[in-house]
Amino acid sequence: MAEITATGDRRRLIAMLSPAYLWLTVAVFLPLSAMLFFSVLTALPQDGPDWSLTLQNYRLFLTDPVYATLLWKSLQLGLTVTVICILIGYPCALVLARTIRGRARETLFLLVILPFWSNSLVRIFSWAIVLRGNGVLELGLNAVLPFDVSLNLMFTTHAVVIGLVHSYLPYVILTSYLALQAIDDDIIDAARSIGAGTLTILWRLLLPLSLPGLLAGAVLVFVPVVGSFMEPRILGGRMGTYYGTVIEDQFVAVYNWPLGAALSFILLAVVLLILTLTSPILRKARL
Amino acid sequence: MTTARSSLSILALALATGAQADEIRVLNWQGYGTDTSFASEAFQEATGHSVIHEYFNSEQEMLTKLRTNPGAYDVVMINAVFMPQAVREGLVTAIDTAEVPNYTGIPEGFAADPKLMIDGEVYGVPWTWGLTSFAINTSAIPEAPTSIQALWDPAHAGRVSIRDDALEAMQLAALATGQDINEIADLGAAEAKLAELLPQLRTFWSSENDWNQFMAAGELDIATYWSGSAARSAALGLPVEFVVPEEGAIGWLDSLAVPASSSHQEAALAFIDWMIDPAFYVQWDAEGAPASANADAAAALPEDAFNRRVLGDPEVAARVRFQGELSDETRETYLRIWQGLKAAQ
Repeated sequence: MAEITATGDRRRLIAMLSPAYLWLTVAVFLPLSAMLFFSVLTALPQDGPDWSLTLQNYRLFLTDPVYATLLWKSLQLGLTVTVICILIGYPCALVLARTIRGRARETLFLLVILPFWSNSLVRIFSWAIVLRGNGVLELGLNAVLPFDVSLNLMFTTHAVVIGLVHSYLPYVILTSYLALQAIDDDIIDAARSIGAGTLTILWRLLLPLSLPGLLAGAVLVFVPVVGSFMEPRILGGRMGTYYGTVIEDQFVAVYNWPLGAALSFILLAVVLLILTLTSPILRKARL
Repeated sequence: MTTARSSLSILALALATGAQADEIRVLNWQGYGTDTSFASEAFQEATGHSVIHEYFNSEQEMLTKLRTNPGAYDVVMINAVFMPQAVREGLVTAIDTAEVPNYTGIPEGFAADPKLMIDGEVYGVPWTWGLTSFAINTSAIPEAPTSIQALWDPAHAGRVSIRDDALEAMQLAALATGQDINEIADLGAAEAKLAELLPQLRTFWSSENDWNQFMAAGELDIATYWSGSAARSAALGLPVEFVVPEEGAIGWLDSLAVPASSSHQEAALAFIDWMIDPAFYVQWDAEGAPASANADAAAALPEDAFNRRVLGDPEVAARVRFQGELSDETRETYLRIWQGLKAAQ
């Protein structure tokens, strides 16, 4: 009797899960396997009838120092952007979740998500208008300040960081906000009743309790920034060559898909390695 | 005058091709001459053949399309540099130039180019040519420099731009170091020259529109550019002057060819003939076109037209270094050098 229910349950389980797995197969597994296949080819089958399997594309990463240099540059960029996003985003989330109540919170929350509704390319081009020499920012500052400033931010690494922080900041705010909001007010009241100051509450209670959300936000920022190519290309000028732009070049300009695919998989491996190495810290934060 | 001539040549076209109506498919860059509406309308009116366009984004993509879609195209635009490869792979067919009356107007230098005429057979009809050199912002630099070294001039530091393209960058460096652009013997010298140029750059430009905006905003003094684009930018009213320095300029030649698998070869040749027709070219040039490879078409331009005044100058023509065929290995070497230089920034 119990067994029949078990098989019935299992059947129902399979029926309910199959759309999700089908979707994962079609949208994630198939494209990734195709890319993995491309990455070990000498040439795309439609281009070279005499294609064969090779590891040369992966070997190139080890023999040509350019790729490792660029990957290191991209990882540093990812780290910088993530740290700045946390420094700006976490306090925002804290204020939003703990001090502002009612309608004002909804409005502010909407303002945080609002940039997400516009196309990211449009946002980056708006930054180009703001940052360029004689642009909106410079004109504005010169109108307010008594002395002349020449920022010249456009086409520098700073411009790339500014654009990326603006694009990815909402992730940190959203995840931290959800974690902070879930903290029971009674815990804070209890701490205060036995004499804990605001800083102690923040350091000993709020930060540890919301750390999982904060770290989830950090991962959501770090991973795409390491592979970013559109922002560096538009805002970085001659400083804007990163690992992501080189991968894009292989697909768009040079038409060397096998090398582009191999470089993408190396990036995937490196990111997974970093996440694995940091996972003990992530797990500890969750406990 | 122009209308009279154009109706005449369309009449000639109609006589040459007969009344049978075909649909021909043309493979080209987008917005590059063949797909102007006046061209296909006049062609259809004269011959009854309709024209459908398909586009590619890189020469490699064009070759792949020819390989993988046999029979899909009747006319293809191929840069002369890529023609020997297309011929070797049997992608294009030999052309009977008697079917292309306007072919007689093409000067020997273009017609007998060894990249287009292989073993005595014509595979590509020279269509357009142009230069890659640089242009200056005349409001910043009143007097046009005579040397390519102007790009390296510290006076323009931070106000220079080139395109993010390995081949173009290496050939530019070859010119500046006095080397043959098709056979750069001292790659180290070219690389060192580019390493000196990079700190001069404001940014890389990527499209004509991009270039125009930088110039209009006064952000650039001097930047590499294409001859046809410079004519268009000047026509827009930008303070731009195209310079062909004494070290020389990079020349490119585009040709029209018929894929071996085409089933409408007669209509395809009629279309190619129309594309090198002076009547078509004069109208196209008014909108901003590269230089025509047909001498008759160039002679039909008004005397002050950029393509006649600058590119028709024999002194300029003597300085042009035409691009030769490039092996995949050389292409990869250039790319590696260029990526290395950019990564070091």
